[in-house]
Amino acid sequence: MSLSAPHPVDLLRLNTCGSVDDGKSTLIGRLLYDSKSLMEDQIEALERSADITGGGQINLANLTDGLRAEREQGITIDVAYRYFATPRRKFIIADTPGHIQYTRNMVTGASTSNLSIVLVDARLGVIEQSRRHTCIASLLRIPHLVVAVNKMDLVDWSEERFLEIRDQFEEFLPRLDMKDVKFIPISALDGDNVVTPSARMPWFGGPTLLEHLETVHIGSDRTLDGFRLPVQWVNRPANPTDPQLHDFRGFSGQIAGGIARVGKKVILLPSRLCSTIKEIHTSEGPADEAFSPESVTLVLEDDIDISRGDLIAGLNTPPGSSTELQANICWMHPRPLQTGRKYLLKHTTQTVQAIVTSIEHKLNFTDLGAESTPAELGLNDIGEIRLKTSKPLHFDGYATNRLTGSFILIEQGTNATAGAGMLFAPTQLVKPEYADFAI
Amino acid sequence: MHSYHIDHLQFLETEAIYVMREVAAEFERPALLFSGGKDSICLLRLAEKAFRPSNIPMPFLNIDTGHHFPELNTFRDQRAKELGAKLIVRTVEEAIAKGIAVPAPGEVSRNRLQIPTLLAAIDEFQFDCCIGGARRDEEKARAKERFFSFRDGFGQWDPKNQRPEIWNLYNTRINPGESMRAFPLSNWTEMDVWEYIRKERLEVPSIYFSHTRCCVRRHGQWLPVNTLVPPKPGELVQEMVVRVRTIGDIISTGCVESPASTVDDILTEIAAARVTERGSRADDKSSEAAMEDRKKAGYF
Repeated sequence: MSLSAPHPVDLLRLNTCGSVDDGKSTLIGRLLYDSKSLMEDQIEALERSADITGGGQINLANLTDGLRAEREQGITIDVAYRYFATPRRKFIIADTPGHIQYTRNMVTGASTSNLSIVLVDARLGVIEQSRRHTCIASLLRIPHLVVAVNKMDLVDWSEERFLEIRDQFEEFLPRLDMKDVKFIPISALDGDNVVTPSARMPWFGGPTLLEHLETVHIGSDRTLDGFRLPVQWVNRPANPTDPQLHDFRGFSGQIAGGIARVGKKVILLPSRLCSTIKEIHTSEGPADEAFSPESVTLVLEDDIDISRGDLIAGLNTPPGSSTELQANICWMHPRPLQTGRKYLLKHTTQTVQAIVTSIEHKLNFTDLGAESTPAELGLNDIGEIRLKTSKPLHFDGYATNRLTGSFILIEQGTNATAGAGMLFAPTQLVKPEYADFAI
Repeated sequence: MHSYHIDHLQFLETEAIYVMREVAAEFERPALLFSGGKDSICLLRLAEKAFRPSNIPMPFLNIDTGHHFPELNTFRDQRAKELGAKLIVRTVEEAIAKGIAVPAPGEVSRNRLQIPTLLAAIDEFQFDCCIGGARRDEEKARAKERFFSFRDGFGQWDPKNQRPEIWNLYNTRINPGESMRAFPLSNWTEMDVWEYIRKERLEVPSIYFSHTRCCVRRHGQWLPVNTLVPPKPGELVQEMVVRVRTIGDIISTGCVESPASTVDDILTEIAAARVTERGSRADDKSSEAAMEDRKKAGYF
């Protein structure tokens, strides 16, 4: 850890995925250890457990495997978050397990990531899990992917083997929409190319993993077109002592896309009425503009009834609106998704009823093909479905905006989060109620 | 014209405010756990920012173990008063008297006993969500926590059966009798907390800064000498220049030798630190799964 630099420090969120024993936890342990982010008491605790259960060998995986059952079984069963910093960046790592039954955790960890590291065992090469993880990263539209070919020590640091695995990936990558993919040969166990360059792989001219994490450009990952403010909470001061606050009526939320400016024309949904932004209250006080992902409170020129779940959007960049939706979904519940089932659907800040009207496809990870009209989607399946909602959603395609293009399905009764959905681009955009407001 | 750049503190701030507003909007009777410690001081500032110009729309709750540092309670009461907030304090002492919390024979620590006290307070006021200042970087079991941590009718955390949290879509739905804990600072580190304290010029209790205190060396730690921690025969009481890095109960919180008298000094000290914040908390060291076990029993 270093002192906070005088210039603003970026935050990079990443997740690691791979199958069991690919060495994910070891890699994270190595990143923390070699970047000197580990503290003496953590190292002591590692040594203590090494003496008790590890026959004296320090197990870096014990750093992230925080639950008793994980240490007992030597596995990771849930997403663990780790934090470290270098002088250039702060990092949040989601360590997501590779077991097939825990794929939902990968979706959880990856959904907020800028970058995914897919680990591949150099001895095994590309296996179904590698395709699954890469495919999920692509579906979730993680902007940056790193394929870390691990355990290079066990293949004699062979460049040939590394290139072979890269070719295996490049065979299926074109079918996925990944823009930025980087291949790095590493040994997490020995630390080669994790933080320090490997003397044993002089043939590799690329950056170490940490160098790449520190320099990958993430500034353009956010959505600055198409202003969107899903209303989270209506701010009406109760019994204000300041008489000026008697009529204060603000709409609070996190800007999900674009830029808000005082004087900007907006459309309010679902009413389709138009207004103008009068005041913007940011966390630093009143401001002339604010941008995604700032949390703000807006005051509008007109007194219009707006409540939680409504959307304030830029008038010249309206979202789609429909009760009939098409989406990719990752299923996360043991009770399968079937046509005709009803769920609660949470989209931005509103929750509505939804019914599954059809299952179009199920993704097959062996050949990345699609199985048509399957009977159901089971736990960890990913497929394409159609839904009908009780009220229209005001949304964007997931490819355009992660926040206004995503939803979860909640099973009524158990309240379990059963699925994570990514909406297709809308076929129809909202039109303002009164044409004369149009620009 | 600025560059639409968002630095790490702004990111953590907007995320935390979003979580707080979700709590205010989705729950009927939320409460904010406020101890007067550095993390909950940040929580309070974030709550002010999330809801202004309205007042923070929920009461503050504190479980007083009776073993708190007096400086902390004074600070807690003063801050609540300044904000015009309703502060609810429930004490372990009272819970023991009512038979809600039952100490084991010879049990001195109030650590375990604060769990039934907290659960009884949640029940008494029918709180459906408590906002806490826990951070994932503090401890291994905490690293597995969600922003919205579901608790069953017994207040228990089931780490193997947690709700996935995807994007920023938090599933806050609960059935009667169940409750939620919300942790807006999940992604903050100790360093972030102090950087935020510096940025926001937040006041913190004096014991976080360097002061002179009588301590004894016990289990590799400097423990503050007081009526609850009397020196044992043979122990040497020494006057030390110390501060506390994390505040737990007075009987289990170690002091660290430190000349840090300003927030900047503290930031420099943490940057160079070679042990974690919780390294000075005996309550976490009792076993490798100490925190996991307490959380499963209903600890926040």
